Amino acid sequence: MSAFSALLSRDLRLALRQSADSLTVIAFFAIATVLFPFGVGPEAEVLSRIAAGVVWVAALLAALLSLDRVFVVDFEDGTLDQLILNGQSTVLVVLAKVLAHWLTTGVPLIIMSPVLAVTLQLPSEGYGVLVLALLLGTPTVSLIGALGAALVLGARRGGVLLSLLVLPLYIPVLIFGTAAIEATITGMPSQPMLSILAGLALIAAALCPFATAAALRQAAE
Amino acid sequence: MVFAGLGFELAAGGAMVLRGPNGSGKTTLLRLMAGLARPVAGRLLWSNAPVEDPEALARRLRFIGHQDAIKTAFTVRENLAFWAAFWGTGEPALIDRAMDTFGLAALADFPARLLSAGQRHRLALARLIASPVPLWLLDEPANALDDRSTGALTNTIAEHRARGGMVVLASHGADLVTGGTTLALDNFTPTAAQQWVEL
Repeated sequence: MSAFSALLSRDLRLALRQSADSLTVIAFFAIATVLFPFGVGPEAEVLSRIAAGVVWVAALLAALLSLDRVFVVDFEDGTLDQLILNGQSTVLVVLAKVLAHWLTTGVPLIIMSPVLAVTLQLPSEGYGVLVLALLLGTPTVSLIGALGAALVLGARRGGVLLSLLVLPLYIPVLIFGTAAIEATITGMPSQPMLSILAGLALIAAALCPFATAAALRQAAE
Repeated sequence: MVFAGLGFELAAGGAMVLRGPNGSGKTTLLRLMAGLARPVAGRLLWSNAPVEDPEALARRLRFIGHQDAIKTAFTVRENLAFWAAFWGTGEPALIDRAMDTFGLAALADFPARLLSAGQRHRLALARLIASPVPLWLLDEPANALDDRSTGALTNTIAEHRARGGMVVLASHGADLVTGGTTLALDNFTPTAAQQWVEL
């Protein structure tokens, strides 16, 4: 457990000292979202119709921007070898890295999302469920993203490869994430969609860390 | 295949120097012993029992390679403290001792990005003292070190062996150990008849 907390606190302190990395992601999220009112025009009906989808897509793309750095820095400076030799389990390294990624990327995106939804005229009843859906969906984004990031370690143009690998896997999260918000706005229950999002997160939590650990060991070899 | 037909053993307090030209497999052998790479064939034994749990092996060894695994945003002390906490070995007093031994005490609160290549390598080596384990695997540890630091490293290795520790190091430069065995890896370039590696 000490290895887990040591690595988690190291990653959080690193993110704090190199806060430009996290801020870039949040700035990208804000700019990508704000572009839409300029592109599709300021009509409230059009914007509120697409608001949920735009916030979700922008959040996924913003998260993607941060993913290629999850392991690559440690891989390049030799830290990854030492992390693997922790004497307990490589899965523990993966869990700490994923949690750190979620705290430094997922959580800021969740906090920013209601503000950006305002610029897209999201109907007022949608805000609560927007935050809830992101809260349930972003852990899956971090878990799957870490797997992709581990698989492309050592590859040329890893960042591009990563998006091709990972974005298709985000489709279920995107579908049920937006569907939950749409349902609430149109007066339907959102609970089934939220349950599916939670289910996706649990499946990802059960499978991804082991696959990611195997990919990391492969990359170190 | 890098080498075949290779076998050796190391007793407590023992030291082995791997010698051979570039590409003869010194780093590969060290990474095999660390469990970072897997042999095509062969066995790794600890106290005459096969190593079945690579994690248990990892708890007993420290591998210092060419890459220093240093976070430049942290200070020298923070770098050492992180690894000591991560590996769960050692105590705070050992961190100070490690910095003293490798002449880093004056730099303790400097960010690691200000360090020179030699100082960065000394910081990597200081982990050996800050987080003690029985087996040290050192890949050309004298690279980038000045004479004084090479002396400190030689003394550190001697003390470690006096306490029953073991050292395997790859080197083609100065002698860092007295006594100990030498393994010349270019004698083990594989032939078709030797498709096995015994460690």
